[in-house]
Amino acid sequence: MHPVTTVHYLALSAALLLIGTVGVLTRRSIVIILMSIELILNAVNINLVAFSRQAHAVHGQIFAIFVIVDAVAEAAVGLGILIALFRNKETVLADEIDLLKW
Amino acid sequence: MLIDTFFFYTFALLTLGGGLLTITRRNAVHSALSLIVSLLGVAGLYLMQQAEFLFAVQIVLYVGGIMVLFLFVIMLVNLDQSARERQFNGQWMVALVAVAAVGAEISWFLYRGQGAFRLADSAGGVSAAASAVPMPGNTEVLADVLFQEYLLPFEIASVLLLVAVVGAVVMAKKRI
Repeated sequence: MHPVTTVHYLALSAALLLIGTVGVLTRRSIVIILMSIELILNAVNINLVAFSRQAHAVHGQIFAIFVIVDAVAEAAVGLGILIALFRNKETVLADEIDLLKW
Repeated sequence: MLIDTFFFYTFALLTLGGGLLTITRRNAVHSALSLIVSLLGVAGLYLMQQAEFLFAVQIVLYVGGIMVLFLFVIMLVNLDQSARERQFNGQWMVALVAVAAVGAEISWFLYRGQGAFRLADSAGGVSAAASAVPMPGNTEVLADVLFQEYLLPFEIASVLLLVAVVGAVVMAKKRI
C-alpha cells in the first residue's frame, strides 16, 4: 500500500466538496442545503489542515479555526432565517419561496 | 505506516459515506445523523494530521453545537409534509453535469500536480524530524500564533460572532 500523502487528502477534500455542491444544487429542502454547506466548509478545512502539515506550520490550522467560526455564524443566522421563513410561508422547500421572482 | 493508511481510508470512508447519505436521505433527521458521522470522520482525519486542537474543536463545536442546533430546528419546523414531496428540484440533471465537469477538472489538476506534493513530502521528512525534537503541544503552538500574529482577525471573528448572535435572535423572534 502507498503511504498517505497530501494528494490523498486533497482528493478526499475535492470529493467531499463535490458531494456538498451536488447537495446544494439539487435538494429542495433548505435544511439539507444548509447541511451541504457544512460539508463544503469541512472539505475546505481538510484542505487547509493538509497543507498546514505539509508546510510544517500551524497557519493553516488557524485558518481552519476561522472557517469553523464562519460556519457557526452561518448556521446560526441561516437557521434563524429558516424559522422566520417557516413562520411566514409554512414551507421549507427552496423552490416554493419565490417572493422576489417576477 | 500501514496502520496510518488503514485509518486514513477508514475515516475517508466515514466522511464520504456520511456525506453521500446526508444529501440523499428523505428524512431530515436521518440526514443530520449521517452528517454527524461525516463530521466525526473529518475529526479523525484532523487527528491523523496532528491537529489535535482542531480535532477537539470539531467534536465539541460541530458535533456538539451545530448539529444539536440543526436537530432543534428540524424538530421545531414541521418537516413531515416536505418529506413526502419530491426531494430533488427540476435542474438536478444540469447540476450533476456541471459538478461532474468541475470534478474532472480538479482530478486533472491533482493528477498533473501530484509530483510537486510527493517531492515536498519526502523532502520535509515529517515524522522523523518532528518526533526527534520534543515539540510543545499543538494547542500551545496554535495559541501562540493565534494570539500574536492573528490577534486582529481573532477580534474581528469575535465581532462577527456577536453580529451572528444578534442576527439569529432578531430573525427567530416573533416580534421585535
